[in-house]
Amino acid sequence: MTRSTAQPKQTRAKPSKAKPQTEATPTDAAFDAAAAAYEQAGDMFQLITPDGTVTGAGELPDPETRLRLYHQMRRARHFDERGWVLYRQGRLGVFPPFGGMEASQVGTAAALSADDWLFPTYRDTGAALTLGLPIARTLAYWRTSPHGWAMPENLKVLPFYIPIATQYPHAVGAALAEKRKGTKNVAMAYIGDGGSSEGDFHEALNFAGALEAPCVFILQNNGWAISVPTRTQTKATNLSRRAEGYGIPGVRVDGNDVLATYHVTREAVERARRGEGPTLIETVTYRVKPHTVADDPSRYRTDADNEGWDAKDPVLRLRTHLLSEGIMTEESEAALLKEVADEFEAALQEADAYPDPEPAEILDHVFAEPTPQLRRQREQILSEEKA
Amino acid sequence: MTATASKTETKTMTMVAAINDALDLALAADDAVHIFGEDVGVMGGVFRATDGLQAKYGVDRVFDTPLAEAAIVGMGIGMGLAGLKPVAEIQFAGFLYPALDQVLSHLGRYRHRTRSRYHLPMVVRAPYGGGVHTPEQHADSPEAILAHTPGIKVVIPSTPADAKGLLLSAINDPDPVFFFEAIKLYRSVKEDVPVGDYRIPLGQARVVTEGDDVTVICYGGMVEVAQKAAAAAQSAGIGVEVIDLRTLVPLDTDTILASVQKTGRAVVVTEAPRTGGFHSEISAVIAEEAIEFLRAPIVRVTGFDAPYPPFTAVEDVYRPNAVRVAKAIKSVMGY
Repeated sequence: MTRSTAQPKQTRAKPSKAKPQTEATPTDAAFDAAAAAYEQAGDMFQLITPDGTVTGAGELPDPETRLRLYHQMRRARHFDERGWVLYRQGRLGVFPPFGGMEASQVGTAAALSADDWLFPTYRDTGAALTLGLPIARTLAYWRTSPHGWAMPENLKVLPFYIPIATQYPHAVGAALAEKRKGTKNVAMAYIGDGGSSEGDFHEALNFAGALEAPCVFILQNNGWAISVPTRTQTKATNLSRRAEGYGIPGVRVDGNDVLATYHVTREAVERARRGEGPTLIETVTYRVKPHTVADDPSRYRTDADNEGWDAKDPVLRLRTHLLSEGIMTEESEAALLKEVADEFEAALQEADAYPDPEPAEILDHVFAEPTPQLRRQREQILSEEKA
Repeated sequence: MTATASKTETKTMTMVAAINDALDLALAADDAVHIFGEDVGVMGGVFRATDGLQAKYGVDRVFDTPLAEAAIVGMGIGMGLAGLKPVAEIQFAGFLYPALDQVLSHLGRYRHRTRSRYHLPMVVRAPYGGGVHTPEQHADSPEAILAHTPGIKVVIPSTPADAKGLLLSAINDPDPVFFFEAIKLYRSVKEDVPVGDYRIPLGQARVVTEGDDVTVICYGGMVEVAQKAAAAAQSAGIGVEVIDLRTLVPLDTDTILASVQKTGRAVVVTEAPRTGGFHSEISAVIAEEAIEFLRAPIVRVTGFDAPYPPFTAVEDVYRPNAVRVAKAIKSVMGY
């Protein structure tokens, strides 16, 4: 346990100045390494550096958890990569890729339990998969099939939100409802750096603080809101500090270090469960891919913008770590990758079997009982079908 | 009307008292009901509609929020998702606009976008309308925006008894309901209101007065205006049927059309701006379904395509009064 979420200001302090009281950093050498890593990472919480070095800034999760996070990142990346191919084959609709942001999504969502709420944006397929949204249903969603819209009964994950930041107040309400019902369940909502310009973002943080809602707000700073870079989006350079204006803790974490995102999110979730209120977590990452599969980033982005981010790849970073620690071998990884690929292909077959909706279904689910107006409009569609 | 209370047992109430009574009953009947908004707690609302409820049910059930309409509605959506029955108050309908994104993007389409996996049993109450010389922005009638939004029900009562019975139906409805309360009517009318829980189903218009010559269709604050005009016409020998819609969504077209088929003449009255108002929808329904019965063009009596004037001296020019409605009745009779 570090003090990253409980004492956000001290999180930003250099470990060399404020010695973390944790058994994971027993030596001065580890401290020096952590301090150097902090410098390099630009004042963010980080547990492993891009080259796989352990910073010692906090305790690593157990090997089994590390392996599970790797599995989840591989699952997410496989979806993203196969998604591109399927889109080009006309077998998937336009979808927003998230490759390169797996640590930001998997590490945060993995900190939740199945009874918690997840409010994802359109770019958070990886987070939804991690919480347990079945791949077939996820494919159906991005195929615009109704089978992908009704979320599974055993999960409280909402359909991907298209409007920006509007789900933040929803998370506050769901969190408050859980609190009123006396559960320990929390609500987690996602947003991008662009979304933090929206009024809903600010209103939600203020409400959550004032009403002490058990919420965890994830702000994935991936550098771009379609063509607008963060530097054009805002004068602010550290978006986690926005939390201070609402009296809640803010944490800045290396969004490409899955062990770090998992660590700080778990702390924030536990804080919320203990009744200590909301936390804002800024995951600093990068949208390596275009805004959507239909977008052309060469119109607004240069190679210089992208430089250095491949080396920070979140999947390869954990891979290096797991191999060097002996938690995974190349053989066991090969088996894992095969399992991931097989799972996806089976899910694709399942999704292929979903029937298309009937035309009159567009009028379903407007109200619990259709109004007389909807009934007449349904008859109109049915009679036009016959004609 | 499905009455669980004795029909003989009544109490004389204003509309605001009837609303308070309905909220009280709803809070008592179901722990899921939560009331929140600006000033609804300690103060009991600027019109006292929630007076005494926080003291009775506690700060968890009836609570003040920070001042932000989008978050009030947005938070209510989250509460509804998680199984509560949120009853939010927007202090004036003219302050609803910051929350319209939440209403249009989410409140109306949550059931649809989750194929009924989730639904939002939420009520948004908002005082609306003119006639009491309020400051700028306090007298707007934005009901057509809501009625035009799929998935939203719109209720606008015109009497204390209706307000109570409709509000209890709204709170117990599985879908989101906007409940607009005419500020002018809050304390100006008293009537006998049944004691205890009783419901007026959404989607059933009320025939206020019966008549054979002209149908006047209205709701909310315009019902008493139409009644005055009808009384004046009656004394001149013209039979006016006044229909109070009570709900715009679902719309009771059967009652409208049956009346117009009988009278052959229709006057539609609202205090909303003219272009694109709900009066236009009613006019279109009549034109589509009953034009062969019409003996005169449909006439709309409405506000104007200008913001509601915050100028007391000329407020009556904007807001339809009995004289304007009576003139409209005369014009369709003389066509």
